[in-house]
Amino acid sequence: MSETTTYKVIGTRPIRHDGLDKVTGRAIYGADVQLPGLVHGRILRSPYAHARIRGIDVSRALALPGVLAVATSDDFPDPGDRIAELGEGAINVKHLSSNCLARGKVLYHGHAVAAVAATSPHIAEEALKLIRVEYEPLPGVVDVLAAMQPGAPLLHDDLRTDELGKKADQPSNVAKHIQFKLGDPEAGFRQAAVVIEREFRTATVHQGYIEPHNATAQWNADGSVTIWCSTQGAFTVRAQVGELLRLPVSRIKVVPMEIGGGFGGKIRVYLEPVAVVLSRKAGRPVKIVMSRADVFQGTGPTPGSYIRVKMGADATGRLTAAQAYLAYEAGAFPGSPVGPGAMCIFACYDIPNVLIDGYDVVVNKPATSAYRAPGATNAAFAAETVVDEICERLGIDPLDFRLKNGAKEGTRRADGPVCPRIGMIETVEAAKRHPHYHTPLTGPNRGRGVASGFWFNCGLKSSATASINADGTVNLVEGSTDIGGTRTSVAMQLAEALGIRAEDVRPVVGDTESVGYTDVTGGSRVTFATGWAAYEAAQDLKRQLIDRAARIWQTTPDDVSYTDGVLQRRSRPEQRFTFKELAAKLHETGGTIVGRASVDPAGCGGAYATHIVDVEVDPETGKVTILRYTAVQDVGRAIHPSYVEGQIQGGTVQGIGWGLTEEYLYNDKGEMLNASFLDYRLPTSLDLPMIEPVMVEVPNPGHPYGVRGVGEVPIVPPPAALANAIYRAVGVRLRQLPMTPGRIVAALAAKSG
Amino acid sequence: MNDAQEHGRNGPGLSRRQFLKGSGMVAATTALVGPAAPAAEADAKAPVALGPGPVKIQLTVNGKKMTTAVEPRVTLLDALRNYLDVTGCKRVCDRGTCGACTVLLDGKPIYACTMLALEARGHDIKTAEALAADGRLDAVAAAFVKYDAQQCGFCTPGFVVALRGALDKNPKASPAEIEEALAGNICRCGTYEQMRHAIAELCGKEGKGA
Ligand code: FES
Ligand code: FES
Repeated sequence: MSETTTYKVIGTRPIRHDGLDKVTGRAIYGADVQLPGLVHGRILRSPYAHARIRGIDVSRALALPGVLAVATSDDFPDPGDRIAELGEGAINVKHLSSNCLARGKVLYHGHAVAAVAATSPHIAEEALKLIRVEYEPLPGVVDVLAAMQPGAPLLHDDLRTDELGKKADQPSNVAKHIQFKLGDPEAGFRQAAVVIEREFRTATVHQGYIEPHNATAQWNADGSVTIWCSTQGAFTVRAQVGELLRLPVSRIKVVPMEIGGGFGGKIRVYLEPVAVVLSRKAGRPVKIVMSRADVFQGTGPTPGSYIRVKMGADATGRLTAAQAYLAYEAGAFPGSPVGPGAMCIFACYDIPNVLIDGYDVVVNKPATSAYRAPGATNAAFAAETVVDEICERLGIDPLDFRLKNGAKEGTRRADGPVCPRIGMIETVEAAKRHPHYHTPLTGPNRGRGVASGFWFNCGLKSSATASINADGTVNLVEGSTDIGGTRTSVAMQLAEALGIRAEDVRPVVGDTESVGYTDVTGGSRVTFATGWAAYEAAQDLKRQLIDRAARIWQTTPDDVSYTDGVLQRRSRPEQRFTFKELAAKLHETGGTIVGRASVDPAGCGGAYATHIVDVEVDPETGKVTILRYTAVQDVGRAIHPSYVEGQIQGGTVQGIGWGLTEEYLYNDKGEMLNASFLDYRLPTSLDLPMIEPVMVEVPNPGHPYGVRGVGEVPIVPPPAALANAIYRAVGVRLRQLPMTPGRIVAALAAKSG
Repeated sequence: MNDAQEHGRNGPGLSRRQFLKGSGMVAATTALVGPAAPAAEADAKAPVALGPGPVKIQLTVNGKKMTTAVEPRVTLLDALRNYLDVTGCKRVCDRGTCGACTVLLDGKPIYACTMLALEARGHDIKTAEALAADGRLDAVAAAFVKYDAQQCGFCTPGFVVALRGALDKNPKASPAEIEEALAGNICRCGTYEQMRHAIAELCGKEGKGA
């Protein structure tokens, strides 16, 4: 698509289809599910960070009146030792199963151990207290570097390091070592006029979606099951439950309810298989809803990490070499996003010589799961802070430095791929042009920082069907859970292709039995890939409409044109139908028309962002006040600009929380100390200035409308941008997240002392 | 349905008992079961000590009188959601830290998770559902729809109700004052900027004595 294409629907801001229901509290979320005979499930969680389970006695719980079933891992089929390919990545079934209900050992404080179904939630809770678990406490380890030491307590006796593809002999907490190499890093550092090497730590943080996990399952007499839940992907729930319980997917129906946020954390199953097992045993539908403490202690945070970065540049400010060592906490089971972290860490730059080592390390914390650009924020915090130091040493403006070194079409990333048309440089140019960058920042203890970020995005599979109603509207069924307005951004692409109004499309998110296979809402892919499916479904409708008009006019399809929602006979232009007119005739001319499509597009195109932030630091208290924030991002083509702006702002807010306040706190027993919103501080409106989103549109050549995923990359730059701003404000470099008042005061004291 | 999950056994989680203590609710709880308990308004023959079994109560929700029976430990939030099927108020933290459960009690915004259902007897309770009653859309709800001040929408009913309460209290409130009044609500999707647009319009309108 050329940049001059004019659109009628794309780029406008229609009211979202589900807006009114959500605002007035009528939208139905998972916790609102009601069924005849519904009973309530509760989960018993481990009080220990690491312990062997010697035995579980559930007899007293079962004897409590009102208790219908108790489940432990014994109720799950033996997972064996297998890796299941789930379409969007492989999972270790044993690990997933052991995370749903502990098997033999508990591996973190809050690990699910047993579950109860009872006629009331109160009875279920009382029953939990009657379950006797005999634990043999074991020493634990919650720090990534400590876990890597020889002699550290081992979480899994059978875990051996995958050392660049080869299995080590001895068990270890290091699940995997990966490496990427480009050019000759040693020679590159020899060419450098300035080399900076620094160490960084980042804390474990939670996605913090405000809707707690929930699942309702109904086991049917014929051995099939229906699950209602809050998930980013109904089909992945189906696949995971099928693998865990050894059920064919055709026996499982998953109904995705409205979802109160996910950010990557609602892909892995926690409650769904447990609810199924309880329902099968109880003979009643069972609903389980987590408390906030359950969410913090039992579900996927994103990893804490240790990162060491070394970068070198010549005297002109050209980067000559870069090296990184990343160790990410996987939590209780292997699978941290160290891979993407390692691939992203230098992806904003064109660097000829690179060496990156990444380590996936298990520790006694909840199994980590995806969080918005998983792995990239930790990495960017380290690399972008070092870049800032290089700029300072060489006296180069940080945006000029990025213009000189920024990745562009043809740049090779250390992990192999060569960049297609991307918008890194454009985001830097736009940041440089922006009035924010030119407004003098005066006053004591104030500073301005910049940072950039990269995220891959992904394509994956999406399906859609569209049927035409006699009144000229279209029902669109798609399979992507709508977390931030994607119903509308997908519907808009169908509307654009058909030449009708967005309001005339009624989008619905289907369950696993009413729409074709669709991968998760993740990887910033929905507007890109599901939007593409809607576009293709529209092409299918168009072809059939042209055939129908040709039949009515008794001519051939190539004699019929379809432009802007009008069908016209080329040979006799007075013969024409608007979309609406033909829709009204479908029933009497052969029946309605249904369009369908299933896509698996490549070419999603990576996303780049460059952020500018002004802060003021109170040197007495260490409090950071954000004065102004500008977030520039290459968005490809903004389908619904409000949603794109919302994603940029939302991601930035989460990045600010990560940078300044959010962190899991542990005591020396490995118990999480702050499993509440009181002590785990999310930013509120009073913590935030206006975040000005600046959309740079570099249309993605890999999509019919130029769409590029936008949802994830905005979380990447904020911690680094804040760290750089704090340095310019008060002269201390913080290399540990979060940059709390206490740490800032300590750094200031260390500097002056 | 999903009452507080006690985490006393799991170490340092904040239990409901500790929480109520911290929020000064213990006195209220004691009063309900003690001899000085206020008699149920409509039922002079109510026993002096209520509970621990279910107690019949009547609540006025969105202008309708609703009757159910709850144990005294049931919060207003759980009574609304699980006993009266009024699910616009959301259970997010159950500890008075997020605002998703905000309802208006006699016009004043409160966290429904921090009040016992029994205490709400005799008061006028309004939830987000009331903002679209009888086919008429309240200006606050309309502004949220217009400016798309939501992403996942889970926090939204709480924000809308809190904002309605703040504007009712002071129709001339400035946008900054309104934002202050919303400081007890969390939106993890970070839609604060869109909310500011809605607030700006509302302050303009209602400030002119609408
Ligand atoms: S649920 Fe009541 S304040 Fe969070
Ligand atoms: S819209 Fe999702 S938490 Fe506010």
